[in-house]
Amino acid sequence: MARKRVSSVTTRYEAVMASKGEIMKRALGMDYAEFERSPIAFDYEGMMSAHGYSLDDIRRIQRAAGVGGTPLLELRNITDLVRSYAEPGLGARIFVKDEAANMAGSFKDRRASMSIHVAADKGFAGVIAATSGNYGAAVASQAARAGLACIICQETFDSRHVGQPEIVEKSRICEAFGAEVVQMSVGPELFFHMLELLGATGYLSASLYSPFGVSGIESLGAELAEEMTALTGAPPTHVVVTHAGGGNTTGTARGLKRAGATSTQIVSASVDLSGLHMASDTDFNRKSFTTGHTGFGVPFATWPDRADVPRNAARALRYMDRYLTVSQGEVFYVTEALSKLEGLERGPSGNTAMAAAMSLARDLPSDATVVVQETEYTGAGKHHWSQLAFARAQGVEVRAGDPAESVPGKSIVIPERPEQIRAKESDLGRMRRSYIRNALAHAPERYEPTPEDVVFLAEDTNSTPAIVEEMIAFTRV
Amino acid sequence: MSEFKCGPGDWVEVEYVLLEPFERAAGLPEDTAAQPLRAWVKGFALAGGMIGDEIEVETHSGRHVRGHLSAIAPGYTHTFGTPPAEIAGIGRDARARVTAYRAKGEADGASLGEPPLPNGPEAGE
Repeated sequence: MARKRVSSVTTRYEAVMASKGEIMKRALGMDYAEFERSPIAFDYEGMMSAHGYSLDDIRRIQRAAGVGGTPLLELRNITDLVRSYAEPGLGARIFVKDEAANMAGSFKDRRASMSIHVAADKGFAGVIAATSGNYGAAVASQAARAGLACIICQETFDSRHVGQPEIVEKSRICEAFGAEVVQMSVGPELFFHMLELLGATGYLSASLYSPFGVSGIESLGAELAEEMTALTGAPPTHVVVTHAGGGNTTGTARGLKRAGATSTQIVSASVDLSGLHMASDTDFNRKSFTTGHTGFGVPFATWPDRADVPRNAARALRYMDRYLTVSQGEVFYVTEALSKLEGLERGPSGNTAMAAAMSLARDLPSDATVVVQETEYTGAGKHHWSQLAFARAQGVEVRAGDPAESVPGKSIVIPERPEQIRAKESDLGRMRRSYIRNALAHAPERYEPTPEDVVFLAEDTNSTPAIVEEMIAFTRV
Repeated sequence: MSEFKCGPGDWVEVEYVLLEPFERAAGLPEDTAAQPLRAWVKGFALAGGMIGDEIEVETHSGRHVRGHLSAIAPGYTHTFGTPPAEIAGIGRDARARVTAYRAKGEADGASLGEPPLPNGPEAGE
């Protein structure tokens, strides 16, 4: 049924959205306009360094905030499990950075610590963030330490007031740290309400996608390079990153490069939720993963500037060498195996990269080193048992079998044997083309990309100007 | 304070509508567009009331928010769930595999006849 719209009347939604520029300019704590170069290009590195914090500054700020310096663990049992079915001579060593050891239980503390530092430094009385993920907990925890007010806007319930247990747990932990959580029903207008609140409170928008937030993850990449060198004599050959909005891939890769690990392959990984609509009230509770999935991973990689900042600091295509997807059932299997084999009981979303790493390591030589660069806390609601019970209650079929047969939203198939864990390779060329199509679509009609635009697009897609020219021509056919 | 009635200062939850269906953003899937955008927030009640009454709360951030009283002393009841049968055997089977793999490695190593160490235990003691 089509909705009736009275075009002559401005709705509250439209009125708030119309004042977006004005509200955001004050709430972002920086002016993005000075980095714009054309309708397509902007000065990315200029924007990333405008906050003036060096990597050493960031590490100092984070140490004072109780963030970072998490254990790097070699997973000998998981490695041998993979070697038990890998071809002779194959089966890379697998390591994990136990980011759950951060105060609020995930690597998001690294982002939040920088947002809160900036908020306190610039004299904001509080912060607001829109997030259904661990970032809310991290912002709430850091805000508590800094004595700042904190509001978290969270898409929590479907229209029946039913909430995914993982999301409900994330509401709980934010409130535990003293945040006000505005729980909302499904819809992208979450952003509209965040704007209203920013306008009303004058707080800082602690966006996931700000340059200071994403820079905060660079310390993680640097730690990986340094700690792996101390442990094995060289930086890791591969780092696997759970990918959603792109900040994790971007910040980790930048940190590795800064620490001299220029030949490390960056492998991003997401849970495959293809076919589910992220703004659909009925699909909302038919997924068992609230982040680290393709519903964020693909749209944010192919159009990063859809974020709640004028220019997204998280630009995953710049940094990813490969993009792997795994099914929900494979991640649940690995979550259980990690707990039983390594004594590491961690949340499923963070184990997305772990599932991809087991598949990847199987095909790599035994002297290769694969690092899974994060874990997240688990507990009631986030635990894979409660996720599976909830999925069943929503009518999703849960069964053991070949995970390749699973259909997101309809079935979750738990592998019967570890060799059934097989990540799927995504076509990065196709994603680059999609990004370029989006960049052209967001420029004014009939805008002709300049040579500078082509160079920018090549950098933004980790490609070459010649390939970009070809893609532009292809897009315009 | 009871299950249905709060007094001033009680920790409660209120519910309110942010956008009616006709006010919502364009381009939403039909199932979402047909519903109002609702919100729930917790705070200290500024006045007493019954479930469903419109009251005002003061939230953790100090904001005053009006809405219909939807819960008194709202808590959390999410759990760890129960062990799904499809998951229960994973640890047992994976451990058995690792043990078997290591045993095979040792057996293979022995059959290859690794050279004795120059100053091995036999020679040393």
